Amino acid sequence: MEKHDFYTEHSNGYGIYVLVWMTLLALTGLTVAVAGMNLGGLTIATVIIIASIEGYLILTIFMHLRSDSRVFLLFVSVAGLFLLISFILLFSNCSFQ
Amino acid sequence: MSTETQVHAEEHNRDNTGIRLGLWVFLFTELILFGGLFLVYSVYRYTYPADFHLAAQELNKIIGTFNTVILLTSSLTMVLSIVAIQRSKRKLSLFFQFLTIILGFFFIINKCFEWAAMFHQSIYSGSETLLNESKSYILFFDFYYVMTGLQGLHVIIGIVLISFMMRFTAKGYITHNNYVKLENTGLYWHLVAIIWIFLFSLFYLIT
Repeated sequence: MEKHDFYTEHSNGYGIYVLVWMTLLALTGLTVAVAGMNLGGLTIATVIIIASIEGYLILTIFMHLRSDSRVFLLFVSVAGLFLLISFILLFSNCSFQ
Repeated sequence: MSTETQVHAEEHNRDNTGIRLGLWVFLFTELILFGGLFLVYSVYRYTYPADFHLAAQELNKIIGTFNTVILLTSSLTMVLSIVAIQRSKRKLSLFFQFLTIILGFFFIINKCFEWAAMFHQSIYSGSETLLNESKSYILFFDFYYVMTGLQGLHVIIGIVLISFMMRFTAKGYITHNNYVKLENTGLYWHLVAIIWIFLFSLFYLIT
């Protein structure tokens, strides 16, 4: 990769990061509020989905995964896929025991 | 070869993508490490829902929420320090790095208060209070101390790394056209924040 490309691809302004930070705080407030409600199994799903959205925002915006080399995206995807497969296998095993 | 020529040659030969790739490989191992712990925790939570529910009631949601806000804000200051150095604003970058360190310290101090309160209530491995409870109730706190302790250790390492970055920035080693070290430190810091978001959700919120 050319050096010029490296130093220009991550040049976001201050504003976008402040906006993402405010979104992250709002999502944290939302997840705390949802956890306080008695929604049964839906609480777990909602809290995990909101945490995943927060993680996605940090990975793509703060860590520049969206605009960075595809190789880095591959690393995170492989780790995510590996964990997902392990999760499915483990819980399938637990469910049938 | 003059010093200026050496600097130019060094800049020309530096493989920024390779440097960041090395860091991403490390982050990959971190994801697998914490992911594995999350998996085991989830299985036990699924197996012993009642005891885990009771044990989670002991955790302080307010401190947990406060710590989440602190780490998210520190992620912002970290990324802003990189934007500042990209724009050759060295002092502003140093200020944001300093804020990140302060926020990291606040996180650790909060964690110390939280743990101290729990120790005061005799909630620690091997305490008489816990020995009278079921094994799965004890297991929840074993997971809690190991996982939040490991994450806290990462925060401390992050603080040390950012301190080095501050020194490098102050000395002029990190500049608007050579900030890959600062960016890598930022990547590490953001991952620690992501791990905390999931710890907060799984331990404090799902009760």
